[in-house]
Amino acid sequence: MVINDVINHTPENLSITEKTAKIDATGMYYKDLNSLLRSLDANGIENIEIHNVYGQRYIGTDLDNHINIDIYGTPGNDLGSFMKGTNITVHGNAQDGCGNTMDHGKIVVHGRAGDLVGHSMRGGKIFIRDDAGYRVGIHMKEYLGKRPSIVIGGTAQDFLGEYMAGGVLVVLGLNMKEKVHNARFVGTGMHGGTMYIRGDVRHLGEEVAVAELNDDDYNILGSLVDEFCSYYGLDAEKILQSKFNKIFPVSSRPYGNLYAY
Amino acid sequence: MKSYVQPEYLIERDNDRCIRCKVCVNQCSYETHYYDEEDDVLCSRNENCVNCQRCATFCPTQAIAIRKNPNTYRPNANWTQEVLTGIKKQAETGGVVLTGMGCDKPNLTYWDRLLINASQVTNPSIDPLREPMELRTYIGSKPDSLKLTTSKTGDITLETKLAPQLRLETPIMFSAMSYGSVSLNVHKSLARAASEYGTYYNTGEGGLEKSLYKYGKNVIVQVASGRFGVHPDYLDAGAAVEIKIGQGAKPGIGGHLPGEKVSAEISKTRMIPMGTDALSPAPQHDIYSIEDLRQLIYALKEATDYTKPVFVKIAAVHNAAAIASGIVRAGADAVVLDGVRGGTGAAPRITRDNVGIPIEMALAAVDQRLRDEGIRNKASVIAAGGIKSSADVLKAIALGADACYIATAALVSLGCTVCQKCYTGKCPWGIATTDLWLTKRINPDIGVKRLVGLLRGWSLEIMEMMGGMGINAIESVRGNRLVLRGVGLTDKELEVLGVRMVGE
Amino acid sequence: MKNLAKTNNPYSDEKVFDACSIFGMMNLKGERFSAKDPIRAMANMHDRGNGLGGGFAAYGIYPEYKDDYVFQIMFLDKEAKKKTARLISECFNIVNEEEMPTQEANVTDPPLMWRFFVQPKESKMENQSPDDFVMEKVTRINTETGKAFVFSSGKNMGVFKGVGFPEDVAEYFCLEEYEGYLWTGHGRFPTNTQGWWGGAHPFSMLDWTVVHNGEISSYGINKRYLEMFGYNCTMQTDTEVMAYAFDLLMRRQNLPIEIVSKILAPPLWSEIKTMTPENELALRALRQTYGSLLMNGPFTIIVAHESEMIGLTDRIKLRPLTAATKDDMLFLSSEEAAIRLVSPMLDKVWSPRGGEPVIGRLETPVAEATA
Repeated sequence: MVINDVINHTPENLSITEKTAKIDATGMYYKDLNSLLRSLDANGIENIEIHNVYGQRYIGTDLDNHINIDIYGTPGNDLGSFMKGTNITVHGNAQDGCGNTMDHGKIVVHGRAGDLVGHSMRGGKIFIRDDAGYRVGIHMKEYLGKRPSIVIGGTAQDFLGEYMAGGVLVVLGLNMKEKVHNARFVGTGMHGGTMYIRGDVRHLGEEVAVAELNDDDYNILGSLVDEFCSYYGLDAEKILQSKFNKIFPVSSRPYGNLYAY
Repeated sequence: MKSYVQPEYLIERDNDRCIRCKVCVNQCSYETHYYDEEDDVLCSRNENCVNCQRCATFCPTQAIAIRKNPNTYRPNANWTQEVLTGIKKQAETGGVVLTGMGCDKPNLTYWDRLLINASQVTNPSIDPLREPMELRTYIGSKPDSLKLTTSKTGDITLETKLAPQLRLETPIMFSAMSYGSVSLNVHKSLARAASEYGTYYNTGEGGLEKSLYKYGKNVIVQVASGRFGVHPDYLDAGAAVEIKIGQGAKPGIGGHLPGEKVSAEISKTRMIPMGTDALSPAPQHDIYSIEDLRQLIYALKEATDYTKPVFVKIAAVHNAAAIASGIVRAGADAVVLDGVRGGTGAAPRITRDNVGIPIEMALAAVDQRLRDEGIRNKASVIAAGGIKSSADVLKAIALGADACYIATAALVSLGCTVCQKCYTGKCPWGIATTDLWLTKRINPDIGVKRLVGLLRGWSLEIMEMMGGMGINAIESVRGNRLVLRGVGLTDKELEVLGVRMVGE
Repeated sequence: MKNLAKTNNPYSDEKVFDACSIFGMMNLKGERFSAKDPIRAMANMHDRGNGLGGGFAAYGIYPEYKDDYVFQIMFLDKEAKKKTARLISECFNIVNEEEMPTQEANVTDPPLMWRFFVQPKESKMENQSPDDFVMEKVTRINTETGKAFVFSSGKNMGVFKGVGFPEDVAEYFCLEEYEGYLWTGHGRFPTNTQGWWGGAHPFSMLDWTVVHNGEISSYGINKRYLEMFGYNCTMQTDTEVMAYAFDLLMRRQNLPIEIVSKILAPPLWSEIKTMTPENELALRALRQTYGSLLMNGPFTIIVAHESEMIGLTDRIKLRPLTAATKDDMLFLSSEEAAIRLVSPMLDKVWSPRGGEPVIGRLETPVAEATA
């Protein structure tokens, strides 16, 4: 078995103590790295540290148990895609497609992220300490008990929450020089879910409206901001004192009158 | 003389369904239906029926069906019913066979042999409903380059002065139909729809009725050979001026609005006495050559102080490319090409169906010729004549048009059923008529909604197709013939169209 | 005779599709560094290419010949070389010529390659600028002989490209032995066929080079527009069209990159509406005049010439680009990891907005656009 091979013949770049494994990913091809992760996961390892990560893709994909992975470096595209419950912490920046179509689990990035954070995610949580790129939360959706959430500490670029169909998207704007998020087409095509944005937004999509937060909103927002702050050592109370805008879809069927029959 | 021409249509009436409400009698302006009081039954004069479907549409119990007369002559691929009927009519009258609307033969359409591309994998399609999709188009002469200065703060200042431009929110405008050939209510509907949607309506050659001057920002005023209603206020009223040289339905011939149609209102707008025939000469009698055209273009520019683009409209004829080149060099800001399938209020059928060339070929040849000569930027190209769907519009733009004119489609949206009898002036739908009893049938409040609905529907469809191609601004389709492929065309046809074969 | 320009595209597709990795690295002080880092960075993005094309452009690599045009030329056979050399010596004084230094590497069918250091003959130039003269002759060599292709023709710079992964192409050309102050690199993923050496990126004309990721959906009209200005688009790639657009706008019409980026990736009408009246007028005129040069569809490009390196993405950012700075170094890359690999501790790293250029100019600090 491949699994036993890995455990029996520990490669030079792998060290294991009890339930914790340490990997030096220097020069490692992503397929080898991910196959090693799957072997470790199948053999009851609970914590994995991966060092010297430079662009290896799909880290966290297809792991069966709810293990913790700490990534040091810059993980590649599609970090945690289709993920089913792993906890990933990135000590560095994430690239494009972080949390792509993720089902369950958590990604905490101590840095920034590229485009398409949480594309089509259906469950789990993503926390980005700094800025994120284009199309954050595009088409994230909720179903039965699954309700995904994304918290961006900085600001995000255009098409934030595009097509959003469910879940919660929070943008805190903590590092902004101005009070206005520069993103354009925020919530375009949004037909479900909620965005909470600290500060104003430069340009909203046609399908959304802005409202004040009610108590329920503050409960949801509060617990996400608390969790966010717990990772980055920030003061949640102070952040929550600022004005937030709630952005919500005007209709769950924005295109009902579009067609001729 | 006994006419040998049999009725074209037969009216079948279901007497069980008929409630004797006489709507059909009132609706038919050709007096096809009448009520027989004695027998309490409605009857028909089949020979009057033009199959406009007005009665059938308004019959509250769907009791009326109009059928093509099954009595046809012996089938013959050459000596068709239409040919034989035409000859008999001519024998009986010694006249020219008149018709209305555009060519009804199937053999002159290329749009349906062109197919549009879409993105798969190598570049993404764009979702037009949620991401920006820009149809805005500017009509007018563009320079080859610009002079600009940038400041330290990043501000950009334009040093070049641009020629006047028309801004269209969708690349579709309403083509010329004169007041007189269609009713004032039709003009009102067109003007208001153009204004509401951010496009333009063309007056045609019959002048602009006073009450419509307020829509001037969205009006193109036409100057044709008859110069009806052309005066300084009229030229000032519009956003652009169009010189009409020719029309696709009847290249090389003029027009004739019969005196009966020159009512008090028409007389006022056309600025001719009531009841006189309004004759549009075949040529513009101040243009017998290309340098004369330049003279008229600049006369109009002078008259409008160089604030408005001047269009020149020609029928698409064999050497359209060379003519268009001359028009651009003569100083026109836009060239309008009207193809052989273009509509008309009245034209000899023989001309309509046999003179001119299809718009697709003319457009392709003109766009390429202007590019070969390096003058394509100097003028916009507008395609007209036989545009019947949003796909046709998009295909025209891909072949090289900046925008399209539609007229038949606009009238159809108002109710027209293309019965081709516009020239009778008795349009039961209240469109091609000046009869006040009939023109009431177009309510401008409803008309504007129907026209805007059409513009919106087509615009959305264009966006869908553009999004499918991964293109989000119409200028990236314009002249982009690689987004088209031809099917069922010869090598030569493909070559003229500048389009590859499907599968290539 | 075999048409070299068409070898790229034996099926005569309307154009060749490409997807890619791109990378750029510039020392803003003009200090030279070896190819080692750009090669490592490109190798790190190996999976974005498919081994059918890789290449690099390097500036400042021939200081001893800094005033001479360098023609780096591929030949399909010796006869083509002889003919081309004759053509060159007719029009140019040849300062030096040599076979390109190469070594064994995992590349496919390398052609014969020579470089010529030349000066235009005054007597042959007819009221032309030296650049126009060189451009004309390069076009002539590329079209006339059919078996020779000039893939680099600027001063004190060179393009090195071929069929293989970028790291293998670099090895083949012994790139680690060169030092330049500006490097760009490209790993290619063509979707059609076995690439040919000339079809790899960077594309160049004079000292302008372009590496490109993406596909231009507006290619058909971009090409037809450029043809009106005398450009002959023979390579059937949108990258060639991009290179000519830069030549027309920046070299011939002398527009700065700040304006050129607004032509290739213009702001939306909805945004133009919100600008100051003066800017609105200028931006509207740009779209009205240069609409046919809007590069529609996904792209990221890195354009370089003697003193500038420019990164630009399409206006709705359909292809990735990360920018970063460290001391005097500016980095542009498809992926951040590639930058981190060669410079782990960056001063700044950001994702440029769609349509907003990142500009590296010698002796000029880089302005970071805000998110």
